Amino acid sequence: MAKRPFEGLKVLDFTWGGVGPFQSNFLTYYGAMVVRIESFSRPDVTRQGGGFNPRAAEHAEEFRDPRKRLEFGAAFAVTHPVKKYGISLNLNHPEGVNIFKRLATWADVLVESFTTGTLEKRGLGYEDLHKINPRLIMHRTAGYGHTGPMASQPGFGQTVTSLTGFYTITGWPDRLSVPISSFYTDHLSPLFGGMALITAIDYQQRTGKGQCIDQAQIESGINYLSPLVLDYAANRRELALKGNKCSYAAPHGPYRCQGEDRWVAITVQTDGEWEGFCRVVGNPEWTRDSRFGTLEGRVAHSDELDEHVNRWTADFTAEQVMTMLQAAGVAAGVVATAQDSEEDAQLKAYDFFRELEHPYLGKQKFFHPPGFTLSDATAEIHRPVFLGEHTEYICTEVLGIPAADFKRMEKDGVFD
Amino acid sequence: MLSCYRVLDLTDEKGFLCGKSLGDFGADVIKIEKPGGDPGRSIGPFYHDSPEPEKSLYWFAFNANKRGITLDIETADGREIFKRLVRTADVVIESFKPGYLDGLGLGYQVLSSINPAVILTSISGFGQKGPYRDFNDRDLAVWALSGYMYITGEPDRPPLAPSYPHAHLVGAMNGAVGTMVALCQRRLTGHGQQVDASSHQGLCFAISIETKLPWAFQRINVSREGRDRVRVMARDGQVKLPLLWECKDGSIAFFFWIGPNFVKHNQDLVRWIRESGIDPGLLAGWDWEKETWSRFTVAEVKEIRRTLEQFFMKYTKMELNDLSLEKRIQLTPVLAPKDLLQFPQLVERGFWRQVEHPELGESITYPGGFVKVGEGDCGIRFRAPLIGEHNEEIYKGELQMSTTDLVNLKERRVI
Repeated sequence: MAKRPFEGLKVLDFTWGGVGPFQSNFLTYYGAMVVRIESFSRPDVTRQGGGFNPRAAEHAEEFRDPRKRLEFGAAFAVTHPVKKYGISLNLNHPEGVNIFKRLATWADVLVESFTTGTLEKRGLGYEDLHKINPRLIMHRTAGYGHTGPMASQPGFGQTVTSLTGFYTITGWPDRLSVPISSFYTDHLSPLFGGMALITAIDYQQRTGKGQCIDQAQIESGINYLSPLVLDYAANRRELALKGNKCSYAAPHGPYRCQGEDRWVAITVQTDGEWEGFCRVVGNPEWTRDSRFGTLEGRVAHSDELDEHVNRWTADFTAEQVMTMLQAAGVAAGVVATAQDSEEDAQLKAYDFFRELEHPYLGKQKFFHPPGFTLSDATAEIHRPVFLGEHTEYICTEVLGIPAADFKRMEKDGVFD
Repeated sequence: MLSCYRVLDLTDEKGFLCGKSLGDFGADVIKIEKPGGDPGRSIGPFYHDSPEPEKSLYWFAFNANKRGITLDIETADGREIFKRLVRTADVVIESFKPGYLDGLGLGYQVLSSINPAVILTSISGFGQKGPYRDFNDRDLAVWALSGYMYITGEPDRPPLAPSYPHAHLVGAMNGAVGTMVALCQRRLTGHGQQVDASSHQGLCFAISIETKLPWAFQRINVSREGRDRVRVMARDGQVKLPLLWECKDGSIAFFFWIGPNFVKHNQDLVRWIRESGIDPGLLAGWDWEKETWSRFTVAEVKEIRRTLEQFFMKYTKMELNDLSLEKRIQLTPVLAPKDLLQFPQLVERGFWRQVEHPELGESITYPGGFVKVGEGDCGIRFRAPLIGEHNEEIYKGELQMSTTDLVNLKERRVI
């Protein structure tokens, strides 16, 4: 069998929330050995929030145990659908710091997502770790980066997104802009960060050189909006919010279908697409209205056109409209709910949402690989690691700490 | 870091960003356009609003750090030239309709027989297989099927798509990550492979925690909530608070966190509210260590909302930014590119870069690198190519063609 992309790579994962794990996960999916450091006193927010799962009642006893309760955090199952090793460390104990250092010596890569100072004040900054492991890659992701006036400000996706421009691109002309989702860049910046991380690994394997990478999530986020930056820089123009209107397509937007709050999105740009659209609609008289004969005309009279289209779509389900129009080469898609995605035929063809058994979460079908598929390597999915699940294994087997010392450390509160 | 790699970039706007991100780390990316120029050059906005192929700001933004040649791979000569280029390439990126390259006799099997180490990265709306493979994958259709459209917008209006469509940028970046994974595997196996990146799957991944999770666990169907995206459980029911709040001159983002990590944060916030001259009301009596939202009724949560609304309206967004930094409160101004160009954190980090455009006689400000690295650089080195700008450099300099060959190919519209 072909070697997996990150076979033999050793990764230390000191991340929290979404952005950090989403980056180290790229390595875990494809064969790296990843050791995740956590603590019980400062648990990952995704272990706490996201809504406890409805099976809590079935596991009432475990749920009352504050430590075990952290395994019920459903969001953590989304941020950690991969096989990681878990160690719980008390970094306020000098021996905990020491174990961190030993792991940083063992590792090829350290991925972390704390604000400036968290590691430095414990003697675990890049300068310190570089001395003990010169080939270490230290990949640091933070909302605002590790320099500048906001370096020590923790960043949460909800507020970080605000400083990327992403909260200003969606809205109706007569109302204030609305967010696309609640922590949008948390899901987009890991693509840039993860790509940078793997680039550094590739470089390390070729040259033996380590380095420190500083990802400011706002800077990664802005890189998706470059055309808007250039438009302002060159033309002093700001994006106008247009609701669902588009200057180069009509019909364009969501159209109401059968059922409650059911919609299909349609966009018609070229004359060829318009002809296909008219054919599917059955060439009624309004499609022959000369005002709709050109793209310019359709855009200029899009309100009236939308009324016709809405009257047509109302008689069908969103799936029917999508199928009919796509068969004619017209871009159309169901405005999908989470339930639609669960049943989506395309995602099924890719085995996207996979079912896994978890002792406390039960059987759930929502663990998934990233948005790309490799022909020679499978993304492996696994139930999320428990807090400190492998503390003993990591200490005794990976670091070679004698069993008696480990027991003593346990008693001394080195692990948390 | 990637200067040892050569990338042939056949993409349209669905894939521009993939090659650009590799170029940001120094890869030698050669953008291959149809003779006459890539259709992506017709995407606005345009420099000084002149809709010309050499003035598309969209093209500038996502094709910087690439050299450019023209080549029609639909001609037999064009295919042969492309095959010669594949011999020395590490990566080929494409975003044609699935199966198009196979139809031209340039599918993965053929490329791999020329150069077994080559990686073929395909970027598309829905992927290279499955029932949607041949769908028209314009941005809006992919965006709708991803689930983002359904949850964006106001509850009293239809679902809403962004006025800046960007679904395919997510597919392109998935392609870039996949390409790097494939390069790492190649060092272990010696072989290239195919990377199949889908904007649809990339977005379904992104939205997962927001909609898929509540559906999988509690059969909650997340829908449109406008700005009210913070759900809290009051004693007598659920109630929503805004994520984005109005202030004196715009909006700010403030997500009302509670819990053990936010005890001091929320105490500081209440102190600030009082200092501003607003009565913190119900917030004043909240024991942040012990109590959750269940302390309050829905009506009381609404009263807290009004207190916060009044408080934020006392300040401008930049006043709130400065004061929240000083007091370490999780609050940020909602900024557009215009404001971001002046924003202290980005300015101080030297994020913005001036890129020279000699043909336009000026420099334009671009976003800088998406990360800061210790080895080499990440960011813009040079502007996007003009149509066929590097034809001579590559065809003559590398493929040893003569001037006569070039004229000949040009006359036959191959280049």
